[in-house]
Amino acid sequence: MNVVLQNCSASHPAAKPATAPALKALSLRVTSGEQVAIIGPSGAGKTTLLQLLACALQPTQGELLLDQRNPWALRTPDLQRLRGRLFLAPQVPPLPPRQRVVTAVLAGLLPGMGLWTSLSNLFYPQQLDLAYDALARFDLSEKLFDRVDRLSGGERQRVGLARLAVSNATLLLVDEPLSALDPERARQACESLTAVAREHKATLVATLHHVEMALQHFPRIVGLREGEIVFDLSADQVTPARLTDLYARHLDELAGTAPVVELIPATTSRLVSTCR
Amino acid sequence: MSLRAAPRRDPAWIGRVFALWATLAVAWPLLVLAEFKPWTLLSPQSLQPTLHFLGDFFPPRLEPEFLWMVARETWRTVAIATAGITLALGWAVPLALIASRTLSVSALVGRMAFFPASVRQAVRWLLMLLRSVPELIWALIFVRVVGLGPTSGVLAIALTYAGMLGKVYAEILESGDAQPTQTLLRNGAGRLQAFFYALLPQSATELTSYTVYRWECAIRSSAVLGFVGAGGLGQQMDASLKMFNGSEVATMLLVFMALVWLADRVSALLRNALA
Repeated sequence: MNVVLQNCSASHPAAKPATAPALKALSLRVTSGEQVAIIGPSGAGKTTLLQLLACALQPTQGELLLDQRNPWALRTPDLQRLRGRLFLAPQVPPLPPRQRVVTAVLAGLLPGMGLWTSLSNLFYPQQLDLAYDALARFDLSEKLFDRVDRLSGGERQRVGLARLAVSNATLLLVDEPLSALDPERARQACESLTAVAREHKATLVATLHHVEMALQHFPRIVGLREGEIVFDLSADQVTPARLTDLYARHLDELAGTAPVVELIPATTSRLVSTCR
Repeated sequence: MSLRAAPRRDPAWIGRVFALWATLAVAWPLLVLAEFKPWTLLSPQSLQPTLHFLGDFFPPRLEPEFLWMVARETWRTVAIATAGITLALGWAVPLALIASRTLSVSALVGRMAFFPASVRQAVRWLLMLLRSVPELIWALIFVRVVGLGPTSGVLAIALTYAGMLGKVYAEILESGDAQPTQTLLRNGAGRLQAFFYALLPQSATELTSYTVYRWECAIRSSAVLGFVGAGGLGQQMDASLKMFNGSEVATMLLVFMALVWLADRVSALLRNALA
């Protein structure tokens, strides 16, 4: 899928009107099949940029074009159909704790599936081999029938990536896919991710805070700071000096000593109202 | 040694005494006007029939043909409650799915669009209307319409409980973590698909335990509806109470306890199976 951003500004829907937008008049062009890594210090607007591309956030200014079409000019059913061709993998894996891994992975097929097929898939999963292969790419195939709440944070993150691998989307947007993985797993996951995108002929845009991983596996690197693009270069042109400049006030993050985000959200206490 | 003597009195004392007297001065005339005379409860002419009636509770009546009748009426009571809840579910589930904000596609980006928002509001008003009339009133209306018997009980429970279940279901669905559902919707899944693949596994235990609890409430409430002629155990209890037959009332109260205990066990069993 072709992606064009023209002078797009965006802010978080919950942000106060007075605060500066998370993205400031940003322009970006990604051609079909390209693989782009977005790096930058935390708070740079990386996640907002992905949400903008995933049609999860409407730009306050400027225009987004996906395959030459403006998604926000579409009617809701058409927009929803277009969303079926996008895949946004959030940093916190969006998995219900009591669901089994096989169901969570096959949920990636939902947009192309009728309601009846998706219900019968809950009863008896028909594409077991597909789910198995997708999990095998991330070295997790033995967990096929385990429940999500029995998995560690890193395993959940890889289940989220396996869901991406089964989807038929042509624009893959991945937010910090490696944040809970050890270096060896991270390398493997990164290779599988780029391989999946190549096989599906899909465009891949990933935010990464492992700068080395980005430089090794992605041909094109976009440096983002305070909502603006600092550089947009091929990987071999990214010099240590540019990186030091990008992370100027956040050198601890460049060294990889930044605190890791808590992946499993604290369980919220529920209040069920009863009467009598 | 301190130079100043310890205070003899709490300075707040005067205020408290005043408040006490003021309360008495206001409350006394009120109680007199309201003819509040709790001691009449303990006077011999009211105490004696009460104690006599309560004394009748023991032993409960356990003759085979009476027990057989109680069993039949218990079955009828449970059947009224179950049929009522089932009908209520048929309305509550679709209405809750429409009313729940989490399944809105337009609310994925900021505010919900005008049309879906007004549909949701209309459904909430409908649910409010259904549950604002107590089931006892519905039963009195239906007894006039369809006559004495279980039908009016079933319809009364169905209407009120559809309103209650729909409202609480929608709130349970909204109270959980919305992220899995919204991620599926953002990736292009349909609303019902998102419900079955994310929202339902997320809140299945809460929904089950609330439903079973409501079933228990419906059993109790179908007993009360018996008093206005909707059939079942309540109607028999009404008759026994009017005859001051304590031993029969005692048997039926024991049956109620057993029913509530049973509902509690079913709920625990289902929650264990789903956990």
